[in-house]
Amino acid sequence: MWNRVVGLIIKEILVFIRDPRSRFVLIVPPLVQMFIFGYAATFDLFRVSFALYDENRTYHSREFIAKFIGSPIFRLKKEILNDSQLKDEIQKRNVLFVLHIDRRFDRDLLSGRSGKVQLIVDGRNSNTAAILTGYANQIIADYNVDWIKKSGRIPPPSQITFRAFYNPNLLSQWFIVPGLIGILTFVVSAMTIGLSIAREKEMGTFDQLLVTPLRPIEILVGKTIPGLIFAMAQATLILLAALLWFKIPFHGHILLLYLGLFFFLFAIIGIELAISSISSTQQQALLGVFFFLVPSIILSGFSTPIRNMPEPIQYLTFLNPMRYFLVIVRGIFLEAKGLDTLWDQYLPLLGIGLVSMSFSWFLFKQRLY
Amino acid sequence: MKKKLFFNNRLYAFIRKEWIQILRDPSSFVIAFVLPAILLFLFGYGVSLDAIHLPVGIVVEHPTRLSSSFESSLKNSIYFSPLSYQTIQKAQLDFQKGRLIGIIWLRGNWSRESLAFGKGTIQTIVNGTDANTARLLEGYLLGVWTGWLKREMIDQNIQLSMPISQEIRVWFNPALITKDYLVPGIIVINMTVVGALLTSLVVAREWERGTMEAMLATPLTKLEHFVGKLLPYFILGMGGMIFSFLLAVFLFKVPFRGSFWMLILSSVFFLLAVLGIGALISNISRNSFVASMVAIVTSYLPAFMLSGFIFDIQSMPVAIQFLTFFFPARYFVSILQTLFLAGNVWSVLSWNLLVLFFFGVVVNGLCYISWKRRLE
Repeated sequence: MWNRVVGLIIKEILVFIRDPRSRFVLIVPPLVQMFIFGYAATFDLFRVSFALYDENRTYHSREFIAKFIGSPIFRLKKEILNDSQLKDEIQKRNVLFVLHIDRRFDRDLLSGRSGKVQLIVDGRNSNTAAILTGYANQIIADYNVDWIKKSGRIPPPSQITFRAFYNPNLLSQWFIVPGLIGILTFVVSAMTIGLSIAREKEMGTFDQLLVTPLRPIEILVGKTIPGLIFAMAQATLILLAALLWFKIPFHGHILLLYLGLFFFLFAIIGIELAISSISSTQQQALLGVFFFLVPSIILSGFSTPIRNMPEPIQYLTFLNPMRYFLVIVRGIFLEAKGLDTLWDQYLPLLGIGLVSMSFSWFLFKQRLY
Repeated sequence: MKKKLFFNNRLYAFIRKEWIQILRDPSSFVIAFVLPAILLFLFGYGVSLDAIHLPVGIVVEHPTRLSSSFESSLKNSIYFSPLSYQTIQKAQLDFQKGRLIGIIWLRGNWSRESLAFGKGTIQTIVNGTDANTARLLEGYLLGVWTGWLKREMIDQNIQLSMPISQEIRVWFNPALITKDYLVPGIIVINMTVVGALLTSLVVAREWERGTMEAMLATPLTKLEHFVGKLLPYFILGMGGMIFSFLLAVFLFKVPFRGSFWMLILSSVFFLLAVLGIGALISNISRNSFVASMVAIVTSYLPAFMLSGFIFDIQSMPVAIQFLTFFFPARYFVSILQTLFLAGNVWSVLSWNLLVLFFFGVVVNGLCYISWKRRLE
């Protein structure tokens, strides 16, 4: 039996390696995407353009505004002089917010009252608006502390400090790039394995495979192992890019990561083979893969937390292998998590893998007898 | 022959043949209608950046009236669902297991020092892995703390004003409902995927199966062949677009403040561009596996990451910003976000529409040129 399976595995690998286009597809697009998305997929704000509407125009207002201009997060694009301009600038998306300084700013500030400042923010991208507001509040809070010290005002009776663990500068790249290892490996394996059997059916070579002495379970193994090998190799490539190029800190154990990767691939390859064997044409398989791929990415917590989803959808995410893998890969990278806290992520992956593999095996049998 | 182009029987018959082919292959309909509906549902309900009920731990070492008033402000905020701990060690254990994303630590001497001017410090530890959530948490906590402080000072008759007080007004989406800005972007992702998938597979498949060869042996001209092939998919795509729009407005209740005709015009330009890209890919690759792969690589993920749908383009490095100009999704996202939330803002719409139009012309022109009439 093993001779036959090994033969099939070698055949599958050769089929893939000998096709230059497939080779290209496996290596180049994932790496290119890694570099582009690693930089593009960020929630951190940088050089956000704003307009200044300073009705005070004194030394004190300038000094306050300098805090905004000096921050790498904000970039002064324009000064405006009246209310109607203010509306225009935001509506046309020229700037993301307008910083408006009250006419009596310096008098209020110097006389012990509060100098008034207004921020008018474009809410079309509401997350950006929320983050931006946070940064602005921070700048104002820092300014308040400095002013209190300088002017000998009575300090507020309580203070609050923040410290971030695992990602002290709160860089979203540290969050997104490890996740990309999962996403990109997933996309390519879905496109290759998910289409493989349907492609063979369309070309008629699947029937040739069926008239060989191979049993369904042997075909299943012979199709799974090459897929696993390719996906692992590809994940390694992307992992190296994350470590060497993006310099994402890696605090955990590399073997645990590979164990997670193995379980994850086992689960998704099972699902992909099932999709592929249900479909009779490549187009159907592609659709099936897509129906699987897109929700898996959206409902994985890759870009938006699962915690924010409505409860029924949160339950749905328990079926999603990507969900578990993202927890594993991020936990190992940043938080140095070990098996003691991650075992409950590995087990569901194994469970999903076993169920989907048995289902694929059942489908192969159906086709055979 | 050229005179009667577009109105002759040949073209009509060809389009009819294509249309029947689409009707009899359910997968095209699934791509145009079922796929957008499912995507809209998933994204609309599944994607949200509204961080509410964040699990945080609050450690109170010596409970006093002050600490319990702070605790109850925290409990009353929709942004937090706090759990109480007596010691920091217990809280840290849950923090490490990932059950808490933040710890608020009121140390033993906190209430003695608090309200004694400038001493009592609330220490907060945040799990920074998910940087975006961590940042939102800090912002919300600052808000809760400021509100609590103001109330306490009024209660205790402390007259104190901060040097600067800020008022923040958010236009277009004052409640910062992420759904309102995400749903228009979702429609774009939908249509990018639908458009690219529809044509990329079909044309490549015809090359593979040899039915393209059969078509080449008919008297159809190159232009007729090209138009007849793409037009049915264009109609199907517009159907899917209008369907997505109706779902967004009536099911997700996203406000629509622009004009419907602008929406139609921009959708026509956008669909021409994405359908053209799909057909171009298949013409070049002539292999449905490679074509589908390239179509997905160049449509779904870029539309997700590089269009400004969820990640802000302005914050990307300049080189990446430059790259976003090559993806039509970028322009359509800007148009739809404006049409839905702000209305007909001409200065935004006009140049985006213009670029989309040129995109469509160039891509379809290339596609037409690469539409080979010769068998190899």
